Amino acid sequence: MEALTNRVKVLERKPMTAIERGYLWEIFRGMLITFRHMFKKKPTVRYPEQKRTFSPVFRGLHVLNRDEEGRERCTACGLCALACPAEAITMEAAERLPGEEHLYREEKYAAKYEINMLRCIFCGLCEEACPKDAVYLTETFAPANFQRDTFIYNKKDLLIPDPVTDPEGFKKARGTRYGSPEVK
Amino acid sequence: MDAVLLVDLAFIIEKLLLVVIVVSASLVVAMYSTYAERKVAAFMQDRVGPNRAGPFGILQPLADGLKLFMKEEIIPNVSNRTLFILGPCLAMLTAMMTSAIIPWGSKIEAFGTTIELQIADVNIGILYIFGVVSMGVYGMMIGGWASNNKFSLLAAIRGASQIISYELAMGLSLIALLMLTGTLSLKTIVEQQMAPGHLWNVAYQPLGFLLFLVCSFAECNRTPFDLPEAESELNFGYHQEYSSMKLGFYLFAEYINMFISSAVMATLFFGGYDIPFLDESTLPVNLAAGLGVVAFLLKIVCFIFFFMWVRWTIPRFRYDQLMHLGWKIMIPLALLNMLLTGGVILWLAK
Repeated sequence: MEALTNRVKVLERKPMTAIERGYLWEIFRGMLITFRHMFKKKPTVRYPEQKRTFSPVFRGLHVLNRDEEGRERCTACGLCALACPAEAITMEAAERLPGEEHLYREEKYAAKYEINMLRCIFCGLCEEACPKDAVYLTETFAPANFQRDTFIYNKKDLLIPDPVTDPEGFKKARGTRYGSPEVK
Repeated sequence: MDAVLLVDLAFIIEKLLLVVIVVSASLVVAMYSTYAERKVAAFMQDRVGPNRAGPFGILQPLADGLKLFMKEEIIPNVSNRTLFILGPCLAMLTAMMTSAIIPWGSKIEAFGTTIELQIADVNIGILYIFGVVSMGVYGMMIGGWASNNKFSLLAAIRGASQIISYELAMGLSLIALLMLTGTLSLKTIVEQQMAPGHLWNVAYQPLGFLLFLVCSFAECNRTPFDLPEAESELNFGYHQEYSSMKLGFYLFAEYINMFISSAVMATLFFGGYDIPFLDESTLPVNLAAGLGVVAFLLKIVCFIFFFMWVRWTIPRFRYDQLMHLGWKIMIPLALLNMLLTGGVILWLAK
C-alpha cells in the first residue's frame, strides 16, 4: 500500500548479534542499569511530613472571608451559586437585625451556606463571581473521610477565624494566595 | 544415671539447641527478606519502599505477618481438604529441612566440649539436599491440585516440569564439582576450600557455578523462572486459592528456599565460612568460629541481594524459552563442563 503521509518510519529488524543472543551479557547490562537506579535521588514526597509546594494559583478548599473588624463579608447574593458549574453551593439569606452590625457587614447575610465538596470541581468561578470578596479558595485541600455527609461543608466549617480575636488563625487560614498578583 | 546416657542427653540437647537456633534464624532471615525485597525493588524503581512501620519501616514484616494471621481462612468447598492443608505444610517443611546439613561455622569450645556448628555432618550431604529440594515441588503440586482450580493446576504442572528440567542440569553441574572435591560432605568441601593455597571452588568451576546459579533460580521459582506463580498469566498460580497463613507459608517457603540455596551456593562455591585472605588457624577457636559465621552470613546476604537484583531487572521467560534453555543449553553445557573437568583431572594426574 502506498503511504498516505510522509511520516512513515520503516522498522529495521536486524537479526540479533551473537552477544545479544548469548543473553548473559545483556542481562549484565540490564543489571547495571537497575543498580545505578538504586543510588538515584527519589522523587517521593513523604506526604504527612513533607508537603508539595503549590503553585501560586493552586485552588484548594473554600473559605468564607471576614473583613478587618471580623464581620462576615457575604451578603448572600447568590452569584457564587449561580456561577458554580457543578451546582455545589446552596445558601439561605437572612436580614441583619439591629444590634448585629458587629457580625455582618451588610444588611443581608447568609444564614446558611453550604458547599458540597464532592460536587465541587475547584474551578474558582465562585471566587471570580463574588462581588464582596467573601468566598475564595485557599491552599488547603479536602481531607479524606469515610462518610459522604462530612463533605458537605456548612458555614461553621467554611468561616475564616475572626481576625480580631484570633489574628494568627486568620492569617494561617487565609494563606499566601489571597491578594497575590497571580490571582487578582 | 550412667555416663553413656548422660553423654547422649548432652548430645541431644546440643543438637536441639542448634536446630532451634537455625530454624528461628532462617525464619527471621526469611521475614526480613520480604522487607529487603520490597526495599530493593523500591530503590531500583526510584521509590522509597515501606517506611511507615517503625524507623525505616523495619517493623513491616511483623505487620505483614500479623495481617496474614488475622485474615479470614478460606478453604474452597470443592477442594480436597486434606491435600489443601498438606500443600503449604509440605512447602514449609521441605524448605526448613535443608538447613540441617549446612555447616554454619567451624566449631566453638564451650562448657568443656567442642560444638560443631552444623546440625548433622552427613557424608552424603549434597544428595540429601537434592532429595529434600526435589520434594519441595510436592508442596506446590499438591497445593495446585487440591485447589481444584484450572489456573492452580496449570501452575502446578508448569512448576513440576520446570523443576524436573532444571534439576538435571543442576545435578550435572554439581557432578563436575564433586569430581574435584571427591566428597559429598559439605563440611569437608568447605575445609578443602579453607586449606592454604587452595582457592574457592568458583575459581576452578566458573561454568559449573554459573549453571548452578541459574538452576537455583529455577528451583526457587524466582524471576525469570517464576512461571508457576506468574501473576499476569495465572493469577498467582498454585497459591491462588490460598488465604491467611497458608498463603503466608507458601510465600515464606519461597524466601526460606532462597536463603538456603544462597547458603548452599556459598558453601559449595564460595568457601562457606572461610574468611578470604585470612588464616583462621592463627585465631582463637571461638573467635574464628564467630568471624566465620559472620562471613558466611555476609556471603548469603550478597547472594540474596543478587536474587532480588535479578528479579527486579529481567522479565519472565516464555514457557518454550524456559524449556529451550533448560534442555538445549543448560544440559549440554553441564555435560561439556563435566567432560572438561574430567579431562583436566585425568591430564593433571598423569
